Formats: sequence, C-alpha cells, structure tokens
Amino acid sequence: MLRIATLAPINETLGTYSQLFMLLAAMVYMVAFICFALDLAKTNKTIAALDAKALEEDQRVLASAGGQNAAAIGTVTPARRGNSGRADNVGEDVVNDEMTYTALSPKRGIAKIAVVLTWLAVALHGFAVVSRSLAAHRVPWGNMYEFLTTGAFVVALVYLVALFFKDLRFVGSFIIGLVTLMLCAATIGFPTPVGHLVPALQSPWIVIHVSIAVLASALFSISFAMNVLQLLQHSRMNRLAEGKEDKLPFMRLVPGAGALENFAYRINTIAFVMWTFTVMAGAIWAEAAWGRYWGWDPKEVWSFVIWVVYAGYLHARATGGWTGPRSAWLSIIGYGCVIFNFTIVNIYFNGLHSYAGV
Amino acid sequence: MAKNKRTKKPLTDAPALGFVGSLRWIWTQLTSMPTALFLLLLLAVAAVPGSIFPQRRVNPELVTQYLTDNPVSGPWLDRFQLFDVYSSAWFSAIYLLLFISLVGCIIPRIKKHAIALRSKPPRTPTKLERLPQYTRLELDPVQATAITAEQLVSEGQRILRKRGYRVDRRDDAGVLSVSAERGYVREIGNIVFHTSLLGILLSMAIGGAFGYSGQRIVVEGETFVNSLVSYDSFSPGTNFDAKNLEPYSVGLDKFDITFDRESETHFGQPLDFTAHVTTRRSPDAEAQQEDLKVNHPLRINGADVYLVGNGYAPVVTVKDGEGKVAFSGPVVSTPQDSVYTSVMVLKVPDANPEQLGFTGFLLPTALVDETGFGISGDPNAINPQLHLNSYYGDLGLDEGKPQNVYVLDTDKLTELNSRSQDAGGIILEAGQTYELPDGKGSISFDDLKRFVALDVNYDPGKAPIAVCSFLALAGLAISLFTPRRRVWLRPITDEQGLRGVEFALLARGEDPRLQREAAELSKIFHNTWPLAEKSKDLGEVNA
Repeated sequence: MLRIATLAPINETLGTYSQLFMLLAAMVYMVAFICFALDLAKTNKTIAALDAKALEEDQRVLASAGGQNAAAIGTVTPARRGNSGRADNVGEDVVNDEMTYTALSPKRGIAKIAVVLTWLAVALHGFAVVSRSLAAHRVPWGNMYEFLTTGAFVVALVYLVALFFKDLRFVGSFIIGLVTLMLCAATIGFPTPVGHLVPALQSPWIVIHVSIAVLASALFSISFAMNVLQLLQHSRMNRLAEGKEDKLPFMRLVPGAGALENFAYRINTIAFVMWTFTVMAGAIWAEAAWGRYWGWDPKEVWSFVIWVVYAGYLHARATGGWTGPRSAWLSIIGYGCVIFNFTIVNIYFNGLHSYAGV
Repeated sequence: MAKNKRTKKPLTDAPALGFVGSLRWIWTQLTSMPTALFLLLLLAVAAVPGSIFPQRRVNPELVTQYLTDNPVSGPWLDRFQLFDVYSSAWFSAIYLLLFISLVGCIIPRIKKHAIALRSKPPRTPTKLERLPQYTRLELDPVQATAITAEQLVSEGQRILRKRGYRVDRRDDAGVLSVSAERGYVREIGNIVFHTSLLGILLSMAIGGAFGYSGQRIVVEGETFVNSLVSYDSFSPGTNFDAKNLEPYSVGLDKFDITFDRESETHFGQPLDFTAHVTTRRSPDAEAQQEDLKVNHPLRINGADVYLVGNGYAPVVTVKDGEGKVAFSGPVVSTPQDSVYTSVMVLKVPDANPEQLGFTGFLLPTALVDETGFGISGDPNAINPQLHLNSYYGDLGLDEGKPQNVYVLDTDKLTELNSRSQDAGGIILEAGQTYELPDGKGSISFDDLKRFVALDVNYDPGKAPIAVCSFLALAGLAISLFTPRRRVWLRPITDEQGLRGVEFALLARGEDPRLQREAAELSKIFHNTWPLAEKSKDLGEVNA
C-alpha cells in the first residue's frame, strides 16, 4: 500500500478539459481541411486562367518558350530541369519542383487561411495533449486513444514546421484530412478516460520507444502522401506526353513525379533510421520487461515486416529498373504495413502489446 | 562412346558452363541486387504467417488448441511448419540465402573501398562542363593579374581540404587542376551496417546454442534454487550443459500488488507488482534482500530472473477416509480475469482408501450474484472463499502417464460434491474445514498466499547483439546521411593569362544537397579570389 504514494493522483478535471480541447481541435482541423480543398480548386482555376491567357497571346508563348529554352541552357538549375518533365510550364509560377514559395504564392488567400487555421488547431490540440499528460503525470502515449491523438499532433506539427521551408500546401488537404480522421477515430473509436499506466508500461523506455515510433510513423505518412501523388503525376505526365486529355488538372498544383520521388526518399531515409531505432529500443525494453529481446510477438513480427519492406524500398532506389513507380509502390506497401500494425495488430491480434485500451 | 558424344554435342546450343562455371553463375545471380531485393521482400512476406497462426515457441497451448479445433487443416498447416514459422526450413532458407547474398555483396565492396581509401581522387575530366553540376567563374578583369593559376590551385586545394575533401593536385601535360573527393565514410557506414547485421545473426546463433530459459512458480515462503530439478519447464540451447547453471537461489518473502483505488474509470487496475525476495548469488554467499518488479529483473550472473505473472495459492489440508493427512500445502490457482477469479485443481493421490480430486474456484472477494453463483468482486483477498466440487476414485496417476496438473479428468471419478449432488458444492472460508460426505475425508482452507511466475533467461548472445545493433544503427545513419561527392577545379587560362576558374561536382549515390554545396563553394571562391560580380549569375550555370 506504500507504493501508491509514488503515483500522483490523476487530475480528473484537467483530463476533462483535455477531451474538450481535443474536440475543438478536431473541428478547427475540419475547417482547415475544407480550406485546403477549396484552395486546390481555386488555384487550379488560376493556373487554367494563366494557361488560357498564354494561349491567347501566341507570340508571347513563343517568346516565353524561347526564353525557357535559353533558361535551360543558362540559368535553370539541374534539379528543376532534371526532375521536372512537367508538361505544362505555366504552372511553374505557382508551384515548382523545388517546392519553394513562388511569386504567385501570396495570392493563394484561402491556403493562407487554411494554414492559419491549422496553427490554431495545433495550438488547441497541443493544449489537449499536454493537459492530458499533466493530468496523468506521465507521457501522453499509453493507449490507443493517446497514440492517435499524440500521433495526429506530431503529424500536424511536423507538417507546419516543414511549411516554413517548403511550399507543401499541395498536400495540405491530405495531411490535415488524415489528422482529422485520426482525431475522430480516437474520440469515437477508442475513447479512454485518463488513467495510470499498468506496471509493464512503467519504464523510461516508453518515453523513447513510443515517441520515436510515433515520429517515424508521422514521417512515413508524409512520404506516403508524396508517393501517392508521385504515381498520379507519373501516369498523368505519361498521358500528356502521349497527347491525351489531362484527366487530373488539379495535379498542376503538384510538383513533378521526380521531385516528389526524391523528396519522399529523403523523408523515408530519416523515418527508416528512426524505425530501426524504434525496433532496437523496443528490443531493449522487451528484454527488461519480458525476459527476451525478441520473441516474434505479433507486434514484433509486423515491426520487422515494416523494417524489411522499407529496407527493400531503399535497395530498390539503388537498383536499376526499380526506381520511379516501382519503388513508390514499395513505400506505399510499407505504409500499409505501418497502418496494419497500428490498427489490426493492436486491436485484433492477441499479443504482449495488447494494451491498446480496447 | 565417341560417336555418342559427337551426336549429342550439337543438341546444346549454349556453351556449357561446366561445374565451376555453373557455380560462378549461381553466385553472380545470388549476389546481384535484384536477387537481394527479391529475397528481402520474400522475407517480409514469409514473416507474416507467424503473426496469424499461433506459434509453438510463443504459446504451445494455443497451438494444441488450434490443432484440436481444426482437425483437418491443422495437421496440414503443421506439415508446412506454420506453427514454427521462424525456425521453419523455408523461413531459414530465405534468410540464410539473404545473408549469403549479403556476404557476396559486401566482400567485393570491402575490397573495392580498401583500394579507394588508399588511392588518390580520380583524375580531372577534360570536359568539366559535361558534368551535371558545373560552375564557371570569371576573374574581375581589373584585378586579374593579382593572382596566378598556381596560387589559385593551391588555394583551391586548401579550401577543399578544409571542407573535408581529400585533395590531389594534378598537372596533366601542363594543365593544373585539383581533384577532390569526400564522404569515404559513407561506404564504411554501409559496410559496417551490413556486417553488423551478420553479427546480430551470429550472436543469435550463439544465444540459441549456449543459452537456456526456464519457468518456475514460487509461492510466498518458498525458495527457488537454480538447478534443473527446480524448474517447472525448461528449454535448453543446443549446446547447453547443466554444469553451467549458476547455483544461486531466490526466496519469495512477500508479494505486493497495488491496485488503482482512486479512479472511477480504472478502478482495480493494477498499478504495481513488487516481489520482495531474498537472494543468494551462490550457496555460501550472504543473503540479500531485493525487490523484483516488472521492468526491473534480478540481474544474477547473466541468468536473469523476470517477474512475468502472479496469482493466489490457497493453503489447503486434505485428510483422507482413514483420517490421515494426505495433502497439505499451497495450491497454485490460475487467475482468469482482472478480479482474480482463479481456477484451482487439486489431486490427492495419497488419499486412502480412495484417491480424491477437487476442482473449482478461488474467489478473493466472494460475493453472491443474483443467480446464486459465487463471484469475485475485487482482486484483493478481502473475503476469500473456495468454491469446489469433489471427486473420488482412480486419478489415473499410477500408470506413470504425464498429466496436466491444472486439469482434472473426471471421466473415471465419482462426484461427491457439486451443485447437482444432495451434499451440494463445497464452500470454504479461510480457517474453515469441510467434512466430505460418506466419510471420505475432509478439506480445510488454512491460509491464502500469493505466488509469482518467474522466467529465468540466460542468453550469452545479448551483449554482442547490443554492440552489433548499435554499430548497425550508427553505420546506417552514416551511410544514408553522409554525402559522397567529388569536386574538380581547374583554372581557365588563355593567351592573355588566367581568366577564371571552373569547377564541377559529381555525386556518388543519393545527394540532395549537391547543388547547395556548389553554391557554397562559389561563395567561398568569391570571397577568396577577385572574381567578377556578374559571374555570380553564372554560378548556377549547368550544361
């Protein structure tokens, strides 16, 4: 009975506030998501208008094309020229393969609103996550509800920080849509009142192992979005090259397939190193908690599968004939495994990691 | 024979490889990147069934259950080793081939890199402008005479060396240039990573050969001595020798559980398990008081002791029909739920004239539900009761057939006590005694103790695996994040003398920052040499 003194009591009031703010954040994310989608539609129209204008002024188009040829020899940087392959060059004013902000960027008013709303939602979300942590006097990732809410927070925050360096607003609707979905899944699917951790989870390794796993998963999510867009852009560029009709005109807002592939690769390398660390830290913790560092528990099996699939992806990038769409598919399959490991394995598979709070 | 040979020969179009040739061909195929990639993906797929079907190594009872429930498909799955996926022939074949492929890949790379480490950077290409990252900088015509080609090359060397490049000054038929390369550590990281993976596999093999693991249940007041006879179950490694068992002892003095009593939503959830133990590192060592907790194993001479389970062990005395004590001691019960409703089985083969058997429940906090059944209301022993049925007859233990101690086979037994008998079931509170019907004997519930389930694990592969894992992680990070690139720098001269400088960069492997490095070098050259301002625009020139 002495032991209870070491665990500070749960602050139930703060826990209730946390849940309220989680809901508020979800609502604001929802609005931000709508704004990102509207921006896609509107900017698509802007580019279409630019296209039309360019067509009207034939002479200017020729001059511009000439200018661009000169630029290709003169000032266009290799990444831009090498990766682009974009069939429509007018869109370059709005979005480019370096994913930098362009002269026309400030004119995307709705996108600006979307970003501001996302910041507001992240602030509310951050308060919800931190207050839950304070209410329980521990890290806020001990069950399914907390993995989802904290994970969604990390995804949104990483995205917003990345926005400082790159114009990634074209994936805004995807990322914020995902975040909204995660918060809804947490509050509807796994509502768990704030509580103490069971003895097996009372270890400093929960701070290291789970946080890095969440961060790696957030990065895998972003590269997954890039790879999906890459495949869409790839097939669209092939269609355009064959002179067929542009079925996905909004993809003009998205950089070229090559640029997306390279960006996804860079994120995946970081996420892969983090995942390797997650598995290793998990093994060290498993040794202390269960008496063995590796025991093919379902969660361990799927962490291994994820690791091997992404290792395959990294090798594919260095194998002739496997770059481009093929390696993108491997990355997408890898992300499928991440999702499977987080949802199906946590909920339906009977193993030692069964403290999903369900 | 000769004729035969002659007629056969034209049938084969392709030149025969011969035995050695075939081996070489197989080796080349096996060590190629597409094969490695294929094996990697195959390994991922092959690991999946182990999470779908129960595994003998993880939970043998579940496998037995599965085989009973699926009498048709079960044995077929077993034939394909789907209950032993990770030691199966097919899984082993995949990872062994993968590791052979890895060795075949890594050895030539080690050789190649050992040579590269001892050689100078490669010679300067004649046409630098053909390289993907090329920059041409013009000297300011006013100050052009302030510097010579000789000086430019020396300073270029110094700048590149400062930025971590290995540099070589070249003089190709009077044309001076600098050839530089950096990031040799990228390939070292790659080799260290792959070699460490091999190290992890070998360490696991060492652990599997010389290690052991065992399980033992210890009731409060009992002492476990690390010797073969003390274990309830034991899995030795292939090269295990019983002499290697460290003769330490662990006595369980008391086991404490703390449950959540404050939260309404998590009421009764366990918050802490602590086993207060007395250990002796060797038979003549001094006794030590220690605490064994989840996540805090006892680290004893490499054979570590882990707390993996707990429950109640009611202390029971059974007297037989002749009035003699036939059994007295704690009976380990199996908790079924979060309130520790525990299944208990007691076989008394020493009872005379008839053997006795008991099955039923221990309820730590006994309550009666609306249907009259006893249920447990709390995990703590506030009002412990035993609810038992009793049997007499032949327990079937005398034939020497091994039996599960937690299951009582009642087929050949006659029921004495149960809800369907006139005598009813046995309900005992602590300290009470019940006289069995027909003078078959008595049973008394003397005391309630707790027990712990301990895992003992000795794995000599653990330390090398930790070292290899750390090296693998470091090697991986270095090989992915260190750029390997080459730079060539050459002064541009014509009949009027030095006109400027050109340099080109080449990435070896993925290098998203190559362009930034070129811009950075441009900036440094601008600060070092009297270059014309306009050549800044040319700084991003690329052919």
